Amino acid sequence: MSAVVHDHDHPHGHGHDHAHGHDHHHGPYGGVMRWVTTTNHKDIGTLYLWFSFIMFSIGGLMAVGIRLELFSPGLQFVNPDFFNQLTTMHGLIMVFGAIMPVFVGFANWQIPMMIGAPDMAFARLNNWSFWLLPFAATLLVLSFFMPGGAPGVGWTLYAPLTVQMGIGMDLTIFAVHILGMSSILGSINIITTILNMRAPGMTLMRMPLFCWTWLITAYLLVAAMPVLAGAVTMTLTDRHFGTTFFNAAGGGDPVLYQHIFWFFGHPEVYIIALPGFGVISQVIPAFSRKPLFGYASMVYATAAIAIISFIVWAHHMYTVGMPVTGQLFFMYATMLVAVPTGVKVFNWVATMWKGSLTFETPMLFACGFLFMFTLGGFTGLVLSVVPIDIQMHDTYYVVAHFHYVMVAGALFAAFAGIYFWLPKWTGRMYNETLGQIHFWLTMIFFNMIFFVQHFLGLAGMPRRIPDYNPMFETWNKISSLGAFGMGLAQVLFLYIVVSTIRSGKPAPQKPWEGADSLEWTHLPTPPPYHTFETQPIIK
Amino acid sequence: MSQTENRRLSRRLAIVAAGMFGFAFALVPFYNQICAALGVNSLVERDTVVNTQVDTSRTVTVEFDSNAHNLPWRFKPLVSEIKVHPGELATVEYEIVNVRAAPVTGQAVPSYGPQNAGEYFKKIECFCFTHQTLAPGETRRMPVVFVVDPKLPKDVNTIAVSYTFFEVAGRGGKT
Repeated sequence: MSAVVHDHDHPHGHGHDHAHGHDHHHGPYGGVMRWVTTTNHKDIGTLYLWFSFIMFSIGGLMAVGIRLELFSPGLQFVNPDFFNQLTTMHGLIMVFGAIMPVFVGFANWQIPMMIGAPDMAFARLNNWSFWLLPFAATLLVLSFFMPGGAPGVGWTLYAPLTVQMGIGMDLTIFAVHILGMSSILGSINIITTILNMRAPGMTLMRMPLFCWTWLITAYLLVAAMPVLAGAVTMTLTDRHFGTTFFNAAGGGDPVLYQHIFWFFGHPEVYIIALPGFGVISQVIPAFSRKPLFGYASMVYATAAIAIISFIVWAHHMYTVGMPVTGQLFFMYATMLVAVPTGVKVFNWVATMWKGSLTFETPMLFACGFLFMFTLGGFTGLVLSVVPIDIQMHDTYYVVAHFHYVMVAGALFAAFAGIYFWLPKWTGRMYNETLGQIHFWLTMIFFNMIFFVQHFLGLAGMPRRIPDYNPMFETWNKISSLGAFGMGLAQVLFLYIVVSTIRSGKPAPQKPWEGADSLEWTHLPTPPPYHTFETQPIIK
Repeated sequence: MSQTENRRLSRRLAIVAAGMFGFAFALVPFYNQICAALGVNSLVERDTVVNTQVDTSRTVTVEFDSNAHNLPWRFKPLVSEIKVHPGELATVEYEIVNVRAAPVTGQAVPSYGPQNAGEYFKKIECFCFTHQTLAPGETRRMPVVFVVDPKLPKDVNTIAVSYTFFEVAGRGGKT
């Protein structure tokens, strides 16, 4: 790849058009092949972001299907088997196809620019890490069209049910392997880039917190993702190769699957949350015009969360017949993780304290995150208490909890980051009024969907059921109406992004006066295709 | 830093990833060892009973149930219930008949009602400790020798013991 440095300004976005690829003196490729073969971190970031939006839309359609069926008691639209397929695939697609890749997109775009590096450590591996994803996503979606349909086992893929499913299960296992591979390779890339390629003077403790959270997340991924691969491999061999890992008849145990899965599964939810924390740690200081409060404690708190996340997994399994001593250990460990998390929340608030605050869309989403993620954290703390969880396990209380932390937490953080960095990436401003409308619609409809689900769980409505006792009808109707609204609000988001790229007002060099990381202070808006080919010296 | 150092670091990380994949498989024996060490859920393990006093002041009814899960065996207890004193050694027999015209291997797994009563149902000898292979058409009677632990909570007066036989695949000529 030719390495011509150009620092001229482009008043229009350079990275999003398939129709006429802007190829800035690069090899012979333009158009589609540019995107297939690119090793540029900005291009690859863009690919991840668009991929995650497409998957978010597909997963969202499934959610709408679920909420449509749940609008009324009785079965109106789908049969129970297909309903289970929808819930399973909604979970897998949102977790592995939407929320994880969106933050990898941020990592690719932002990390090299924020540490003063020219690109990721392994640029070609980066390309392959991305292109594994559409292939895996296709397998997942394809499973719907197999005999037997997609597996209707829940995103957690518990044995022994998974051992009994049709060929859709095998496609899903293959897809999970590939998704995991992509994450692991991407994480190796991120760790190597952050540890080895920072500009001179950019010590680890001077790095933007977004980079810290991704460094720690990448370690979590390298440690946890292979365990999932092991679990689904065991499922595969139990299905086809005569092993009995999860079959009591052969000396195995279905509960063993749960241990292996959740040993991965708990770090996984922090893998989802931590990069979002990193985005918030960039956005809140920028819009408070004040440095992040307690930088060092934020780093240590993030590391503490990551380490503790490995010893809490069985709080997903309180009801399997574990002895009380085991339940208590996991309960105390889970409560412990609230401490560093609380430190982070307090530090974000302290950053805003006596800051010079403005509430453009990124800050709206960041404040929404602060409030809603904390609520989700509280319900997590409630669920950590064993006697409470015995009642709440597998009810809608759990569904409410994890949607608060993953949607109002991670997804809001992603929205904050997109609005924050879209001017940098494209050189154009989004429409602030529309952005605010998107925020408020999302905020209101999100709460409409999920706040009432706490009541459903407390009243005893189980998860993963297509039909329910009529006493749950009112809250279900409200929740479903919220889902339809939330879906429409995201169409507005798509419109905002596309119209920004195509015809947004050119952005000033520094659209956010409080933003002070390298991409804002050292690089033009939008940045050239190649940046920091000569690394700056950070004083 | 140099490409060499990047490659060195990435190789180490790849080894960690591979190691964690192996760790997932290592969890299988870990799980078995930890369960055995802590005495958790050891359904098919022989219990050792030190000489206990027979508690003649209480009588516990032990009921016996049988299930064959997808298995071509007729499986039933010879008695449906017996009354024992805690601490007293007792024996019951189950009968299985293989109605398939081929050898079949099965594994019995017990479950108990109430759930915590299992802790106090000490099996000295049980057909559930091993796989059982029956020839085509064979009938076999197998014992369960047990002691009800005197530490059984006072409010439990009936224990239901239910065995389910599962076929062990890959053995015994399954078509």
